[in-house]
Amino acid sequence: MNAHAQITANFLANRERSDWHDQTLWMVRQKRDRVAATVPEWEELREEASKIKDHVLSNLERYLLQFEEKAVANGVQVHWAADAAEFNEIILQIINKNKAIRVVKSKSMLTEECGLNPFLERSGIEIVDTDLGERIIQFRREPPSHIVLPAIHLKKEEIGELFHEKLNTEKGVSDPHYLTAAARVHLRQKFLTAEVAITGVNFAVAETGAIVVCTNEGNADMGVHAAPVQIHCMGIEKIIPRTMDLGVFTRLLARSATGQHITTYTSHYLEPREGSDMHIVIVDNGRAERLGNKTFRDSLKCIRCGSCMNTCPVYRRSGGHSYRYVIPGPIGSVLAPHINIRQYKDLPFASSLCGSCTNICPVKIDIQQQIYSWRQEISQKKKFSAFKNIPLRIAGRIFAGSRWYDFSGKVARWAIRNLPRRIIYHRINVWGRGRELPEVSGESFKEWYKRSYISTHK
Amino acid sequence: MKIGLFIPCYIDQFYPGVGIATLELLQKLRLQVEYPLKQTCCGQPLANTGAEKEAIPVYRNFVRNFSRFDYVVSPSGSCVYHVREHYDILEQTEEVIKVRNNTYELCEFIVDILQMDDLKINYTHKVGIHQSCHGLRGLKLGKSSEIIADRYSKVHKLLEKASGIQIIQLDREDECCGFGGTFSVFEPEVSVRMGTARVEDHQHNGAEVITATDMSCLMHMEGIIRRQKMNIKVVHIAEILNSNSL
Repeated sequence: MNAHAQITANFLANRERSDWHDQTLWMVRQKRDRVAATVPEWEELREEASKIKDHVLSNLERYLLQFEEKAVANGVQVHWAADAAEFNEIILQIINKNKAIRVVKSKSMLTEECGLNPFLERSGIEIVDTDLGERIIQFRREPPSHIVLPAIHLKKEEIGELFHEKLNTEKGVSDPHYLTAAARVHLRQKFLTAEVAITGVNFAVAETGAIVVCTNEGNADMGVHAAPVQIHCMGIEKIIPRTMDLGVFTRLLARSATGQHITTYTSHYLEPREGSDMHIVIVDNGRAERLGNKTFRDSLKCIRCGSCMNTCPVYRRSGGHSYRYVIPGPIGSVLAPHINIRQYKDLPFASSLCGSCTNICPVKIDIQQQIYSWRQEISQKKKFSAFKNIPLRIAGRIFAGSRWYDFSGKVARWAIRNLPRRIIYHRINVWGRGRELPEVSGESFKEWYKRSYISTHK
Repeated sequence: MKIGLFIPCYIDQFYPGVGIATLELLQKLRLQVEYPLKQTCCGQPLANTGAEKEAIPVYRNFVRNFSRFDYVVSPSGSCVYHVREHYDILEQTEEVIKVRNNTYELCEFIVDILQMDDLKINYTHKVGIHQSCHGLRGLKLGKSSEIIADRYSKVHKLLEKASGIQIIQLDREDECCGFGGTFSVFEPEVSVRMGTARVEDHQHNGAEVITATDMSCLMHMEGIIRRQKMNIKVVHIAEILNSNSL
């Protein structure tokens, strides 16, 4: 079994938890449906957002340079990172230059992608994720299982236990309000003593040089307002041309992500406060290469709302960790093989190709088609095992003409009807592990047709 | 109007009754129907597993068999979707274009081409409609739940006029059953879990029969029903549409 299927089997072994996971995310999906339906022009908005992203991707260099020019004019220090290593190095240098050791962070999948936390920790820096879900998984030293709800794989009792151990909360208490209050007290201390605040970026406006961060907990603002140095990290694809384009995306983002009309905070950062430093680090890390790849270019439109995860029946029933990549679910299955095709070759196959992700994506990425395309690439690049390859080649021969096809069908039907159950349902029959084979009759449709029509007409 | 009947491989081999119901229905509708004997498969099982190149000879065989017809009709949304959507890798000759444009799923053909919705069906059962994904989201046989627009469903349109039928509401109106072609064997646990959840949704909402435009989804759910000895059965939409005395 491939890695995804293996981890999923373990996840499903706990029926109660996996059903709860499915149901919880399904409720987020339903909330999204209700709230999206309050916007009569929803489908036009998706189309508009997709077109804006198309335009940006076709003119990315120009917009990035415009953004940099404006940001620099605003007094921001702009840095460019080609890959994760360079990105981490740049962040460390900024921290070191300011003789800082305490760093707070909010809302950044990019820093997860680049492995910033372990890198900084190795250099003796204390980096604290300040969003509740992120803090929980940071305490547990595990990766997020969802990009918007990073600790969705955990139940409140487990968080109660964790907080008892880490924050000294009362043992056995798992009331969410109580636990959140405890986390808040803990994080306040971190905010007050942090020397550097790092945030992610949802949108970077080319015409003004401003960056926009959408949050619910307000931790990006807490960090930035308290610390003398602020660093905002963005992938090159985060650009939008004008401030007026922003409304298209903010209307789509929160509704798609959590079923809110808008995030609690939509924070615009334009220039450093007096006496403090503002940095923006713009990261490529494989994106430019994807931009040049016609098949997968559209995946750069992603605004990281997570709706494809909430809607995906496979994700909901396999859990985010089964994807083993920082971004799980359907979009993760498209992004991960770019990073390492061998390691993640199973992910494009962890989909029933139902197409729900394509229909829900607020920027209209045809995720299903991209998953299909990855399957072709992986197969053509001979990444399959013989176990998968040989049956495929045989099937190709059988289906190419009716003689082999008719004969094989007859043999298969005969076997199902006549062989003993222990042979038919031997463990190599993966279908038969949870399902019966069809009850076949002696005659195929073709045989019936020949008997009923061809012979009588002759 | 000359109709070519395409009976997908697994229906041909395992569910001949579905093919017979489709043929009978089209004949009752006074159409000239022929079943080309050298047909095999649309090639989807290969292509969805990443072997699109290996599927090209299969695609060619399909085009060879069906390009002479005005319409190709099939009781499978998934296979029809594959022909329309994924035969783009063939050289787009006149024959290929014709086949891609004129291949229709059965319900879609009746509603859109024949412009009929009342087939005088008599079917006294509580029916749950499983909206197979490729038919729903690929061929747009209905509005899927993710899309914010007015509801429509060609399958419902055909069944709602049936006398005696009671169409039940589902908790999740169009969630995937987890068949997904070779997905069902590459990811057996999640596939079976998804299928079980779908069957349970139909069952607890009172369906006696689960129907769908795709026998593949039904084969998967039937396999689960029989293994778990659940009290519900699957019937392909063609067999319900053919329950009449036209």
